[in-house]
Amino acid sequence: MENVLQIIGIENYIYLAILLFSVGVFGILYRRNAIVMFMSIEIMLNAANLLLVAFSNYHQDPQGQVFVFFTMAVAAAEVAIGLAILVSIYRHIGSIDIDKLKNLKG
Amino acid sequence: MDTNILLFALIIPLIGFLINFLFGKKLGKSLSGIIGTTTIVISFIISVCLFLHIKETGEAIRIHLFEWFSLKNFKIDFAFYFDQLTALWLLFVTGIGSLIHLYSTSYMKEDENFHKFFAYLNLFIFFMMVLVSGSNLLMMFIGWEGVGLCSYLLIGFWHQNREYNNASKKAFIMNRVGDLGFLVGTFIIIYIFGTIDFVELREQTVMGITASSFAVLLSFATLALFIGATGKSAQLPLYTWLPDAMAGPTPVSALIHAATMVTAGIFMITRLNFLFDLTPDVQNIIAIIGGITAFMAASIGLMQNDIKKVLAYSTVSQLGLMFMAIGFAAYEIAVFHVITHAFFKACLFLGSGSVIHAIHGEQDMRHMGGLKKYMKITYATFLVSTLAISGIPPLSGFFSKDEILMTAFHNNIPLYIIGSLASIMTAFYMFRLLYLTFFNKFRGTKEQEAHLHESPASMTIPLIVLAILAAVGGLISLPGHSWLNEYLAPVIVNNAASHPHHLGTTEYILMGIAVIGALIGIGLAYNKYIKNQEIPVNDNQVRGIQKVLANKYYLDEIYMAIIVQPLNMLGGFFKNVIELLISGIVLFFAKFASEVSYQGKKLQNGNIGLYLFAFVFGVCTMIYYLFIAR
Repeated sequence: MENVLQIIGIENYIYLAILLFSVGVFGILYRRNAIVMFMSIEIMLNAANLLLVAFSNYHQDPQGQVFVFFTMAVAAAEVAIGLAILVSIYRHIGSIDIDKLKNLKG
Repeated sequence: MDTNILLFALIIPLIGFLINFLFGKKLGKSLSGIIGTTTIVISFIISVCLFLHIKETGEAIRIHLFEWFSLKNFKIDFAFYFDQLTALWLLFVTGIGSLIHLYSTSYMKEDENFHKFFAYLNLFIFFMMVLVSGSNLLMMFIGWEGVGLCSYLLIGFWHQNREYNNASKKAFIMNRVGDLGFLVGTFIIIYIFGTIDFVELREQTVMGITASSFAVLLSFATLALFIGATGKSAQLPLYTWLPDAMAGPTPVSALIHAATMVTAGIFMITRLNFLFDLTPDVQNIIAIIGGITAFMAASIGLMQNDIKKVLAYSTVSQLGLMFMAIGFAAYEIAVFHVITHAFFKACLFLGSGSVIHAIHGEQDMRHMGGLKKYMKITYATFLVSTLAISGIPPLSGFFSKDEILMTAFHNNIPLYIIGSLASIMTAFYMFRLLYLTFFNKFRGTKEQEAHLHESPASMTIPLIVLAILAAVGGLISLPGHSWLNEYLAPVIVNNAASHPHHLGTTEYILMGIAVIGALIGIGLAYNKYIKNQEIPVNDNQVRGIQKVLANKYYLDEIYMAIIVQPLNMLGGFFKNVIELLISGIVLFFAKFASEVSYQGKKLQNGNIGLYLFAFVFGVCTMIYYLFIAR
């Protein structure tokens, strides 16, 4: 079986990962909706995962792919907790606009 | 004698103080007065027993409670020491104290802080007893400070009045100056002898081992102690607090500022007579200061119009005579005069209190007069005491004052003249006081005249008792055969009893001169105030030397100019210049830091977006430097 990397070069994966990561960063910086920001974080995480998988294949070393599984499990837990927090914030304040979350300001 | 009883006598005024201080308001006036008086009477009874016991056995009693503290080679005991001198002082402190407590139950009846007054009086008696029965200088210092505190509290007893408050502060501060001298003297004595216990000190000086090699230092010690005495006993240059102390209620003036506390300095020096005997230079200074004080105070007394101020200056003057006697190493004579003075001066003050009570707080003699027919008992007792203080035989003042002047004659003629002049002036101003108050017509308002009355029995009984004592008090030390000298012989190392001076022609002539002097003073007063019926003019019409006297030699103003104002100016300088400089620098840094942090605070605005931006920016910068810029 032909290796995927011979069809599409490794540099393309890197570009895609950078693009995804940048989308995530800019999403975090420019959006005020907490759920969208959350999605942006997930996108950044997946950009990293993509790189891990791509390099794991490139080096013919499965460790990277195993690691990605762990990362995804942790990300799932994180989503569960993060969403729970957001729901609870919404119940208290009636909004998830982060500009309104200034009560703890020193 | 059982030591527990003695300790009980010491502690019971303190108990009286605590009861009156804590529960006085609830007890009500009569009960609070009874408690205050009874405690002192109990102390007095025990003191009488102690006195009889010591007179019988002639041995001092020492009560060692515990070791207060100890350093290397040096320890101070918490102990009491009752000897002849202590017994004598306890006797008249508690005796006169009981009479004045009794008197106060009537005098202070209208006062709302009645219980507090009795609490303070009891506390005073307690501290005075500690002062006279302490076994070392530090124990004495406890009492010394305590009586100063009570004096302060009682002078400012009517603390709503600002002037009275200032008087009490003045008394306290003046006393502090003296106390510093006391402490310095104590420290030097510790350095020289390694002990401050009276008995040990006496043994060491009598053996004469240590003292001889420290002659100069010892002079400093005794001089410092004498400065302490000038503060407490109102001598030059620290006497100005005593006349102002008359702001307190009259019983306080009688007890603290005439009969007992002001004699503490004399007690202390008599207690340490063996040390002062070793420093004749200091004794000379004491005699001179005593003489000058006696003269100055007597001359100021000539021109005062406030009945209590006259008595106050008279007290200062008499204290000066006592110090003069001490300066001539005639301690027993000084003690003798302390006792007789306590009787007649307490009687005079209480009498003046009775007068003030009768005319509702008026103290200016120009508004009195003619009280003789309204207040017979007060007048009679006042007359006896006035004759006693003027030195008319056979009343007590004659004997004690005559002894002092006689000693002065044998030692120092100029001081004898000064002392005699002071006695003549004393006779004059005392009779001036008597004539202005009790003779001629009443010069007050009609309303006051309608209310004139003799004081109640609880006020007149102390007056009568004191007047009798003032009359016969001289018996304890008759010239030629002095019981007091023999009694005090164990206390005073170099005592006069061992070499009694012969009662010859000179002595009789001196007595005659003293009596004639007193009669001259009385005659002058009679001529001026009875025959010519003069009344002292208003303050602003006084001229010449009289003006200087009326203004007390401007001593208060001088102190104001050379001590108080420079201090104020120094204080002002530090406050306005130095503090501005220092606080300016400190405040600059504080302001700088707070300004910077205030700017920094704006970053922390709670905007999560901004935080995230900063975070991302920081990460980007790190990445740039770590990977790209290299």
